[in-house]
Amino acid sequence: MAARRQILQGMAGAAGCAALAGLGLGLYAQQTRALPVRALRPPGAQPEEKFLGACLRCGLCVRACPYKTLRLAELGDGVVSGTPWFTARRIPCEMCPDIPCVKACPSGALEPSLQDIDRARMGLAVIVDQENCLNYQGLRCDVCYRVCPLIGKAITLELRHNERTGKHAMFIPTVNSNHCTGCGKCERACVLEEAAIKVLPLKQAKGELGRHYRLGWKEKEKAGRALGPEALEFPIRRPEQR
Amino acid sequence: MSRAEAALHPPHAPAAAAVAAKGLLRAHRWLLLRRTSQFAALALFLAGPLAGIWIVKGNLASSLTLEVLPLSDPYAVLQGLAAGHLMAASALTGAAIMAVFYAIAGGRAYCAWVCPVNVVTDTAAWLRRRLGLRPDISLPRATRQWLLGATLALAAATGAIVWEWVNPVSMLHRGLIFGFGLAWAVVLAVFVLDLLVSARAWCGHLCPMGAFYALLGSGALLRVSARSSSRCDDCLDCYRACPEPQVIQPALKGLASPVIGSAACTNCGRCIDVCSQDVFRFAIRFDQRRD
Repeated sequence: MAARRQILQGMAGAAGCAALAGLGLGLYAQQTRALPVRALRPPGAQPEEKFLGACLRCGLCVRACPYKTLRLAELGDGVVSGTPWFTARRIPCEMCPDIPCVKACPSGALEPSLQDIDRARMGLAVIVDQENCLNYQGLRCDVCYRVCPLIGKAITLELRHNERTGKHAMFIPTVNSNHCTGCGKCERACVLEEAAIKVLPLKQAKGELGRHYRLGWKEKEKAGRALGPEALEFPIRRPEQR
Repeated sequence: MSRAEAALHPPHAPAAAAVAAKGLLRAHRWLLLRRTSQFAALALFLAGPLAGIWIVKGNLASSLTLEVLPLSDPYAVLQGLAAGHLMAASALTGAAIMAVFYAIAGGRAYCAWVCPVNVVTDTAAWLRRRLGLRPDISLPRATRQWLLGATLALAAATGAIVWEWVNPVSMLHRGLIFGFGLAWAVVLAVFVLDLLVSARAWCGHLCPMGAFYALLGSGALLRVSARSSSRCDDCLDCYRACPEPQVIQPALKGLASPVIGSAACTNCGRCIDVCSQDVFRFAIRFDQRRD
């Protein structure tokens, strides 16, 4: 009897320890869910929640990267320790056409279906500071536009009238999300002390329309006709004559 | 045991009698081989980043040897599968190769012959013996099995390989090869835990990775046998040196098989080393001979 009690006590203790550890870990997991703003994942990385269930933290992608762009997160980096990441301002992704990092990944956390590096979506470049961007002052810096591997597609220069001088044009760098791979070369090259254009993880860079929301003109295009009467006739209500 | 004999077996130095009987080298044979294996494994991984000799790339979680042979830690892969990610072929193949190897060589041979944390916890155990620290808090040994279950359940519940965020084993190995950050603190915590809080706490009671490999090797072919148990002079040196002393009794003193059947045995061979009477030897699981 005493032996059985001892065994049961031991088991309860063990289960208790394990439960406690599990709880702590679970809370920690909740906390570290989102990727910090400065951290970008390698090309082909699955969305963050899935990535954390797939990446084995082996560093083979890091070894495959010829430009030493990628590194494994260390405890304290703010990125889940052991997972691969890069900061664009330090070393951006050079967008190798053969994508060696994806090929090296043994787990599929970097999706092998990514064959064309132009389709990578590591993040999205955003002009975060229009007040300091030189082009927004009417100067012709254009550096982000010039270094963009998808020049004229991912970043275009949009013409605008310069109100300050009244006679010049401004060339406003504009990022197009359907082409930007998030490689970070623009952020790396920005001539300011602190880059005015930054590559953010997609989650931080993009807004998201409510799922119930419909844009009338798009629905019309899809259906091939207007979904409601073209021009609604509203009854005219006048204040009653006294 | 006479007083003279007892003096030969001081509790802090379980190898003393064996050194006197067999010489320094033979009393540390398996220990030396084991350290060689551990450091060689590490050196293979470090040769690339330190010297540019790329024989093995990656780390113990997953690696590529000579650009062809993929090897993956089956426990890490299992956690990924529990998290709901169907691993790519390379990781699955690598995990299968490792699983078959350790299923034969003794699952926890990984702990004793490869794992870098073993050096840390062995050092803590050695220091503990030297300083004469008594065991204080005793954890149930089954905690590791529960933790193993918890890590897999947590992966399934969160969809992330949560254990790998804190796993001291992969952190130490990764840290040595790719850079530590604050991970050294986790390793230090394991050392302090083993030294000051509870004897053999990490490898012997808590590590779910060890529990996994034990499970993997529960039918292992390579085992330690107390074949010459008749020569045993009850000096207890093997119990003092063994990281899992509970596994010795049934084989050494029981009437059934002389083979240490418990999956918790790490095949470290330290009992073979420290026995001045040469009671133990490596054997095949089915070898029932006793002399």
